[in-house]
Amino acid sequence: MTGRRRPPALLLIAAAAVATGTLIPLGYLAGRALERGWPFVVAELLQPRTAALVGRSLLLVVVVTAACVVLGVGLAVLVSRTDVTARRALAVALTLPLAMPSYLLAYLWVSAYPSVAGFWGACLVLTLVSYPLVLLTTLAALARVDPAQEEVARSLGLGGIAVLFRVTLRQARAAIAAGALLVGLYVLSDFGAVAAMRFEAFTWVIYGAYRSGFNPARAAVLSLVLMVFAVALVIAESRARGLAASSRIGGGSPRPAPLNRLGRWNGVALLVPAAVLVAAVVVPGVALTDWLLTAGPRWNAAEWLGALGSTVWLSAAAALTSTAAALPLGVLAARYRDRGTRTLEAASYVAHGLPPIVIAISMVSLGVLLLRPIYQREPLLILAYTVLFVPLAIGSVRAAVEAAPIRLEEVARSVGRPPLQAFGTVTARVAMPGIAAGAALVLLSCMKELPVTLLLHPNGTDTLATRLWGYSSVSDYAAAAPYAAALLVFAAVPTAVLGMWSTGSGGVRGG
Amino acid sequence: MAEMNAAAVAARGISKAYGDRQVLSGVDLDLREGTITAVLGPSGCGKTTLLRILAGFENPDAGTVRIAGETVAGGSTTVPVHRRRVGLMPQEGALFPHLSVGENVAFGMGRATRREARARIAHWLAVVGLDGLADSRPHEISGGQQQRVALARALAAQPRVLLLDEPFAALDAGLRVRVREDIAAILRDAGTTALLVTHDQSEALSLPDSVALLIDGTIAQHGTPADLYARPASLDNARFIGATVELEGIASSGLVHTALGTLRARLPVVDGEAVVVLRPEQLRFGAGPCASTARVTACRFYGAETVVDVELSDGGAVQLRSPGETSLVEGSAVTVEVVGGDETGVLAYPSPTGRQRVALGEARG
Repeated sequence: MTGRRRPPALLLIAAAAVATGTLIPLGYLAGRALERGWPFVVAELLQPRTAALVGRSLLLVVVVTAACVVLGVGLAVLVSRTDVTARRALAVALTLPLAMPSYLLAYLWVSAYPSVAGFWGACLVLTLVSYPLVLLTTLAALARVDPAQEEVARSLGLGGIAVLFRVTLRQARAAIAAGALLVGLYVLSDFGAVAAMRFEAFTWVIYGAYRSGFNPARAAVLSLVLMVFAVALVIAESRARGLAASSRIGGGSPRPAPLNRLGRWNGVALLVPAAVLVAAVVVPGVALTDWLLTAGPRWNAAEWLGALGSTVWLSAAAALTSTAAALPLGVLAARYRDRGTRTLEAASYVAHGLPPIVIAISMVSLGVLLLRPIYQREPLLILAYTVLFVPLAIGSVRAAVEAAPIRLEEVARSVGRPPLQAFGTVTARVAMPGIAAGAALVLLSCMKELPVTLLLHPNGTDTLATRLWGYSSVSDYAAAAPYAAALLVFAAVPTAVLGMWSTGSGGVRGG
Repeated sequence: MAEMNAAAVAARGISKAYGDRQVLSGVDLDLREGTITAVLGPSGCGKTTLLRILAGFENPDAGTVRIAGETVAGGSTTVPVHRRRVGLMPQEGALFPHLSVGENVAFGMGRATRREARARIAHWLAVVGLDGLADSRPHEISGGQQQRVALARALAAQPRVLLLDEPFAALDAGLRVRVREDIAAILRDAGTTALLVTHDQSEALSLPDSVALLIDGTIAQHGTPADLYARPASLDNARFIGATVELEGIASSGLVHTALGTLRARLPVVDGEAVVVLRPEQLRFGAGPCASTARVTACRFYGAETVVDVELSDGGAVQLRSPGETSLVEGSAVTVEVVGGDETGVLAYPSPTGRQRVALGEARG
């Protein structure tokens, strides 16, 4: 009747082309890894240093994830289930570190306290930037728990803490697990923090193997291993998220859940969020002020403006291509739910979980083997950004189109508009703010992106991220200061604002 | 004094305001040991607030709550919810989705060995008629069964009083009647003191031992369901409990003169303009000595009965119910009489419009 069961063939073909396109570089990655034949791959995998590398990376993942679960769940309970002072303001402030590029936070910490570098420094920085992932998923789950359940549990004789552990958190378990797996994925993918802290985790070693120039095949093999771990985490995360969405009965009421009175414990409870905000905001803030004060006389305005300009135009171009490429699949996923679209969506979701360094190495392989003419030039970098961020854009397009009622489109068709025109004049208009917000998020993410930019930035062109990296990695913090400030003002702060505006999509990626 | 001792729950002078909106203003309510009491009132009258104050989720601004003689609110210390031993059965059951049916029932039971616990779970599930479902998950059972599990869970904790917050509102109409009758029977067998909050008249009349009518933040009347139906203390109370057919009349020394003849007032009423409140079953088509003529203005067929609108000789309009189908059509002349007009009498109250006229006059002056 409405014709919404069968997706239009053109849309399906376009979506399939985009989904396949994002996976092609991985083929070249495999090709590069196999350049020297299977025996080389097997030898690389069986090397003791490879096992040690896996061990170090997993240890980092486990420690950071555990810290994030404790911190994220604890803070979520504090702001949503107790009467702690300024709980609403805390809830907002505590999600802000998510917008901070991990390498920037790491360099600020290292410059202030050089001894922090290494494993514990990486743990500290990664925990600070990724605990909000657990905080956000837990807050969302706690908001969905029917307050009547907590009330019944109290009436059955349980005190506040017993209710928390036996009822409330039990129902947030799947959501907490999903948040923890997201953190694991983030830690495994992160390049900036481990690089700045000089901790030899996967991404940093892959970068080293590539940069040294002796062993591109080893970089490709390690990228494949990293990809396997990442895909496993992505699949586990989407399972956990599915469980979290389905574990609920009854409608519940919009009544807020009962709060635990902290009384004289209020001050003690406030120490934890205060410590987190000191570590995530105050220490880096003081360090950055320090950088800027010493930078004053040495600020090279022309170089700074050049980097800002190329960062903005490259990111804007990537935001446009990503959003355009995301439209077919985003619309399909929102409007036509069948097995085909679900498979395409799942493929894009897996691509979303791929560490940027893996995509960077893949794109380098693609550039060297197939796209020689644009290797080390702007189009390949924009293409790489697109491959990296198209899944993020698909999510925004899908959410925006889903929020535009299908009934409106049906009414437009019933008064005589052909389907495409009905979509363009009604749904596209209603969905436009959401799609634009998604494009803005891609733009900001590109501005902060480090590993792909570092490997693929055009010869002679530098961005804010590569300049910051270049100066910071040789400890020239005074020279790095203007770039750090620019990244903070033009990328991190807008990301945080956008996140608050669109109720925090968890898609903010670090460098 | 004897009555004070028999009260399982005694609320005195409970007041509560949210901002400048006064929700409860001086509620007095006693729940007698082992009885079911309904609190009936229109939406927003504060009945859920009253229940939440008794349970301990809210503190009253003024007044005290005593449970089994112990002051739990309004005294020097407030007893927290989990030490009050009040059972709670919320609207949708609120079973814990992460626990099995048996674990839900066992949730509030004291420490017990595994075998004891199993036996007690089986006992309470048998009481609510759900034997053998202990290992099911809450989402696998029907809405009515979920309500029974919620009841078993509350009873298994052996509460001193059970609070039911519109527990049947979420069930569909067919199921609702059966589930609520079953649950009332279970509560009576268990001898539980229970408070049922509802806005459903038929629920409030058919289930409890007594009904407290909560209007505008105070208990307007508290008595047995039959008493409240037969002797409402005011016109508002009469209108809120049961259907009414209203007639204008003039009261003088215990009699009311109306278009349907002179009727005896069941309750004392001051002389002057009055509103006579008849229950639908008090009015019928008939040709007795007191019958008056009337004209049919509309008929609506509902299957089991037909509702007939008629216009009385003085222009007043009333509704009659006639079983099954009727041959009457618009314009038919009929005679209408009041059943038991002299023996049991009819309800009559001073006319509110009469009072309103005085009020308006004063405002102008």
